[in-house]
Order: sequence, then C-alpha cells, then structure tokens
Amino acid sequence: MTATPPTTAEAARPLTTLLADLEASHRSLGMERVRSWKAAAPERRAIGCLPVFAPREVLWAAGALPVFIRGGGDQLETIRGDAYYQSYICRLPRSTLELGLGGWLDALDGMIFPNTCDVIRNLSGVWSSLFPAKLTRFLDPPQAGDQAAGIRFWRSELSALYRDVCALSGREPAPEALRAAILAYHQARRAARRLEAARIETPWRFPVDETYLLRRAGDVMPPLEWARLVDDYLVAAGARTVRPEDRIRVLVQGAFCEQPPLGLLRALERAGCYVIADDLTLGHLDSDDPDPDPGLDPLQALAEAEMVGRTASAVRYDAQGDRGRCLAAEAKRLHADGIIFAAPSFCDPALLDQPRLTKALGDAQVPYTAFKYAENTGQFQSIREQAGTFADSVKLWGHA
Amino acid sequence: MIQKEQSMETQKAMLAGYFGRLATAQRDHRPVVYTFVPGNLTELLSAFDVIPVYPEINALQSGMRQRSDGFIREAERAGHSEDVCSYVKCDLGMMMKGNLGPTGEAIPPPDLLLCSFTGCFVFMKWFELLREQYGCDIAMLHVPYQGDGKLTPAMRAYVVEQLEREVIPKLEKIAGRKLDQARLEENLARSARAEDDLVHVFESAKARPSPIDAYFAGVYYIGPIFTSFRGSQDACDYYAALRREVDERRAAGLGPVTPDGPMAQEKYRLVIEGPPNWTSFRNFWKIFYDEGAVAVASTYTKVGGVYDTGFRHDPRRPLESLADYCLGCYTNLSLPARTELIARNVREYQADGFLFHSVKSCNSFSAGQLHMMREVERLSGVPGGFIESDLVDGRYYSHANIKNRVESYLQMLGSRRGAAGTTSSASAAPPASPQLHLPVHS
Repeated sequence: MTATPPTTAEAARPLTTLLADLEASHRSLGMERVRSWKAAAPERRAIGCLPVFAPREVLWAAGALPVFIRGGGDQLETIRGDAYYQSYICRLPRSTLELGLGGWLDALDGMIFPNTCDVIRNLSGVWSSLFPAKLTRFLDPPQAGDQAAGIRFWRSELSALYRDVCALSGREPAPEALRAAILAYHQARRAARRLEAARIETPWRFPVDETYLLRRAGDVMPPLEWARLVDDYLVAAGARTVRPEDRIRVLVQGAFCEQPPLGLLRALERAGCYVIADDLTLGHLDSDDPDPDPGLDPLQALAEAEMVGRTASAVRYDAQGDRGRCLAAEAKRLHADGIIFAAPSFCDPALLDQPRLTKALGDAQVPYTAFKYAENTGQFQSIREQAGTFADSVKLWGHA
Repeated sequence: MIQKEQSMETQKAMLAGYFGRLATAQRDHRPVVYTFVPGNLTELLSAFDVIPVYPEINALQSGMRQRSDGFIREAERAGHSEDVCSYVKCDLGMMMKGNLGPTGEAIPPPDLLLCSFTGCFVFMKWFELLREQYGCDIAMLHVPYQGDGKLTPAMRAYVVEQLEREVIPKLEKIAGRKLDQARLEENLARSARAEDDLVHVFESAKARPSPIDAYFAGVYYIGPIFTSFRGSQDACDYYAALRREVDERRAAGLGPVTPDGPMAQEKYRLVIEGPPNWTSFRNFWKIFYDEGAVAVASTYTKVGGVYDTGFRHDPRRPLESLADYCLGCYTNLSLPARTELIARNVREYQADGFLFHSVKSCNSFSAGQLHMMREVERLSGVPGGFIESDLVDGRYYSHANIKNRVESYLQMLGSRRGAAGTTSSASAAPPASPQLHLPVHS
C-alpha cells in the first residue's frame, strides 16, 4: 500500500459507489463497457476470448479490446445453449452459446478459443458454424517439451493473428504498436500484482468478492484504465477501518474456467476463511511480462513470455512434474492455513489434476478440502458448512 | 458358438505374440514406451526396437473382459472423480491391481511415456498422473489442433522440430543408440502398403450388401494398424489376407460376419460416429445385426489415422509424414471438418441413416455432437439418431434404453423408406447436393 489513505468519511462513499458499479457491471450481461468503448471511434474492435488465455497485447496493438468471456454466470437462464450439450458436459459452453444466440455478444467482432480443454476446443467449431460472419480463431498455446520449438510455433501463430485482427480494424501491423501494447499491459500487470500483494498482506481489508469483481472488470476494460481503477480501489479499501477476524487463510484452486457465483465466494469468507489467493480469473494478467526492449522483436518477446513465463495450472503441461509440490510451497510461502479445491462439475483439467495435487499437499501436511459447483449453483449452505467445518478443524487441530 | 472371420484368428495370434514379447521385455532388455493410439509413432518406435504399450487399449480390453468396473471403482476410491474419463480410471485401477495384461502376466512399467498430445486434452493429464506413479520421463509431443480447419506449414514444422529435438533424443537415450533412418523409412513404406489395403477393405462397404461391418467388425480391422503392428511385415500380411477375405465375400454377394454368423439380409445401412461401448460390446452389436443394420462407415475407425482422404505414410519424407499423420487424426480435426466427413460418408456409402453414439467419458468426441448431428442432417438430407453410454464404465450402459432407441430409429428409417416408395432411403433422401470441402491429402 503506497498511496496516502484518504479519510474514512471521504473513502466510504467512493468505495461504496465503486463496488456497487462493479457489481452492477458484473451482473449485467449487456457488455455496456465494451459498447461504450467501441462507440468512441468507429474503427475500434472487440474480440472475445474464452478461458484461460487471451493474447491481450496482440489484440490491443491491432486496435481491438480483448474481452474475456467466462460463461454466463448465474444471471443467465440457459435454454437454447442446453440444446447443444449432453447432461455430462460442463455449463460453460452452454451459457456461452446462450450469450451468443441471445445477442448478448453482438458487440464482439470475433472470438478466440484457446485449447483449454476438449469442450472449449470443440466449441470453437460449433461457434464458427453458428456465426460464420464473425472472426473465429482457435489458438493452441504451446505445450511442447522443447521450449525453442514452442516459441517458434507460437510466434508464427501470434503473427498470423495480429495480421488478421489488423485487417479487421483497418490498421497496418507495426512493431511499435506491439511494443506500446506490451508497455500498457506492463502497467496492468503491476496493478494486478499490487492487488495480489494487498490481499495477502491484509485480506480483511480486501475481501474476495470485491477483488474478484475488480478482476472481472479487467476482463472488459482497456489496460491503463483498469490499472487506475485498481489503484483507486486499493486506496479506498485500504483506508477502511476493519479489524481482522479469527479466520483461516486459504487458497482457492480449480475454479479457473467456469466461474462460481459471487454468492459462493462470499459464503466461503462468511464461513470463516480469508481467500488470500485464487485461480479464479486465470489468464487475466498472471503471466510474466514480455520484454519491451525496443531492440527485440515484440512478437518473439510475447512468444517467449508465453512459453517460459505462463502461470503453472491444470491446463499447462507440467514439464517438471512438480505442480503439487509447488502448490504446497506456495501455500507455505503465503502463510496459508489450507487449500480449498473448488472445481466445476465435469471439468476435466481441474478434476484430473486434483488427486495429484492433494497427494502432494498430504505429503507436505497442508490441509485441504474439495467441492464441486456449477456457475448457476443457487444453494450455498452445504458449501458454507463444509468450509466452516474445514476452518474450525484447522483452527482447532491444525489440520482438516 | 461365436463365429469369427479368419482374419480375427490371425489377429489373435499376432496379439498373443505381442503380449509374449511384452512379458519378456525386461528380460530381453527391450525398452517399453507407453503411448496413445491417435498420433502414435509406431514406425519410429520399432526403428528403435522398443515395444509400445497403449493404455487406452488396455482399458478397452479390460472393458471387454468385464474387469473395468472394478478398476474404475479402485481409482475412484483413490480420489479420482466420477466425472472424468473412464479410460484413465480403468488404467490407473488396473495398475493399482498389479497391471496384469490379458494373458495374466504383468505389463512391464514404462521406460518412457511418449505423450503424443493429439486430439484429446485428457492425454496430457493422464500421462502426468502415470509419471507420478512410475517416476519415469515424458517425451511431450504437442500436436496442434486443426481448429481453423487446415493443416498449416507452421504446424507441420512445429511437430517435426519436436520430433527432432524432444522425441528422438529421448528414444535414443532409452534405446542406447542412434535412430536408424533406413529402418524408419522401410517401416513407413510397409505402413503405406497396409494402409492401401485397409482403405480397400473399408471401401468395400460401398457394395450392396456390404461385405463388412465398418464399425463393430471395423474395430478389429483397425487393431493391428492403429497399434504396435503398423510398419511391420505382420501388418502387411494381415491386411493383404483381410483384403482377399473381404473381396471373396463381396464377390459372393455375402454380408458381414457377426458373432452369430453371417448377416442374412442387409436392411439398413448406417454411418456411425463415436467410439463403441466396450463393456457390453457383443450385446451392443447384436442390437444392430438382429435388425439387419450394418455400419457401412464409422468415425471411430479413423481415430488412429484418416486414410480414406488420401493420406499415406511416406518414406521419402519420414518426419513430415509422421507429423501429417499426427495432425490428421480424426479427433484432431475441427468439428466442421468432421461434420463434412460424416456427411460425405453418408452420401458415398449410400447410407440410410447415421447414428451418433455419445460417450460420457470422451469430451473430445462428445462435446458438440448434437450440433454436428443437425449439421450432418442439413448437409446430407438424411435423419440422424442419437444414443448415449460410456466407453468402459458399465454403470452408464443401459441396454434396454439403447435397444429401444436404436429400434425406434430404424423403424423410422423404414417408414421413411416406405413413404418414399423405394428400397433405399439413400435414393429417397432429398437431393441435398451439399458442397463439401474436405481437405484431401496428396
């Protein structure tokens, strides 16, 4: 926390307003932020990106706003989308199709589908045939054992994407534009790191529902504007007079794609936990910064950052086979008391990873608990009881 | 008594030999590599004299031998979710129970896990789990998905580079010697010969009656070429013999051989999408042949390679050809490309209908199938059917439900044919004449 805290009276109102705006924006499906950004200039474009990867710098340099689409949440009644999927497939593709078919995504000029799992992969094909007039691109971030090969491939993929989105917005591809975009996202990543650090240091001042709303706002905002918003929030929320409570510090893992309802996140903290870190908005701004050195090829820098600096996760090949050990070490580094595995039902990456991770946590004596959810889960009582029991067990005996 | 084609007996002997070699691999100092069927690099592995093991084949065999349910429960007790792929859980459960193969002997642990990451996201997670158990190295070969419907030079170059820098060096390490380029090329030449014969066998289903069932019997026909025999003389001999056998049946106007004997009358010609259920395989098949329904084409017989659009392994460009093979497997194709392939099969094989078998375990196949079905109907003018079960989790196979659905679907096809006043609904179908744009390998 570096900014001078305003007085409590001054901070209270802006913070309340800021949070109310964030929640209203989150609950609205109409993409007002995207529409108003586009309305400012006719050549502006917006490209949707499915979890968990968005080539933000490339899109921004090409004159397009990257917009993360993380399903329809609990605000959307999914009817048409359900007709496309069997009962044993997660909710994300259904609600995404519902958004598309219902016209909620009309502000977008294209969609990018990364290779996060087979469901999102196949959704790219469904999407391209339902919306042939819009740009649909599938991106396969490198999972290669050989880094050099991965970087070369990824550079060529980014280059092709950059060219195509520039054609959409009528811009000429230019290395300077890419470097400027890299620098803009440097600012946003720094803001994201300030937010992370604040949560870890004083989580009672920065509840998970607020920081989550802030990050979701970043899914639909230009980078510098979002960085300013984060700093406004940190100043206002940091000035709150809030006493720490007797809660345990937890990490939430597995919720990186289909998102839990906001009420579920609130239930976790009300049950006696401080969520000090999570993977809820994986792909937001969590990878390493690409090198902005003007002497370097910016696409090469972006490819290297993706191949070398991408955050370890269930959708990333675990080349060293140490993700479980790293998670246990991270829990200890952050002085977390335990880990909550919250995975969407039928989520292959999260659920296939869980046995491996829990074994490593068991070996390292890090307590954990696990449950499943769906984006439209409406009852949180059982989850609240489970989280509460977990918190009590850890407080009483140091383990679950 | 169960009736079998002569080629099935030949294949049984080949498999017995394979499991025998596997059982003595450690004693014979032959390295063992676990890998997957789609995008397998058998020619390369045999150039190093290593023996491949296919965990998904072990799982399906466990399913056919009624052992998979126990293995799955074992894995679920160990913390694996009921929501995830039953092949993975069956394989892990089998390992927990001693990793015994069909001959009753233990399958040796891998010296290397070769993850050909082609057409299925779960493959990567599966081998991460196996690495935990076996503590061995992984050679990771990332094969990009043809999401935008085309195989680009950048994709091919990426796969070739990984073969050169990741896969071959790791194989050289476990084999203790350099790659024998000439041997690889010989293997690839033999693969191409066997692939020619396989395509001839599957294309025989264009005849009326079809001399083969391209789904239920088809899974036996693809056995050698999709697994450890591709590139071997045994495979060439097997496919040459199979071709003769099928040609003889075709010349005699005979239908397919089913477990209850030759099919008497071909009433319905179907194209089938999706893998079969293995836990009730014979009963599943029986539903069809009892009704006189024959599969004239299927997509499952393309998971280990799509050969009917012209691709062949090519000894003149060994690594590029292996890359093209990996990139071109069925589940690595975009949904529109798969849809067009099915619609083309419906037309070219004069199918009366097409049936989607959706399996809970496999999102690579299943996610998007309902949309594909509607698209195939639109492109072909032929109505589709849809049934659901699982690969090797018997809890999700409901025989009565599937039988009811299949019979109702066939009755509908029959009524449709009657209404059109013809004997073949292929000719009764509206003249859709869709423009299909399948990529054709040259």
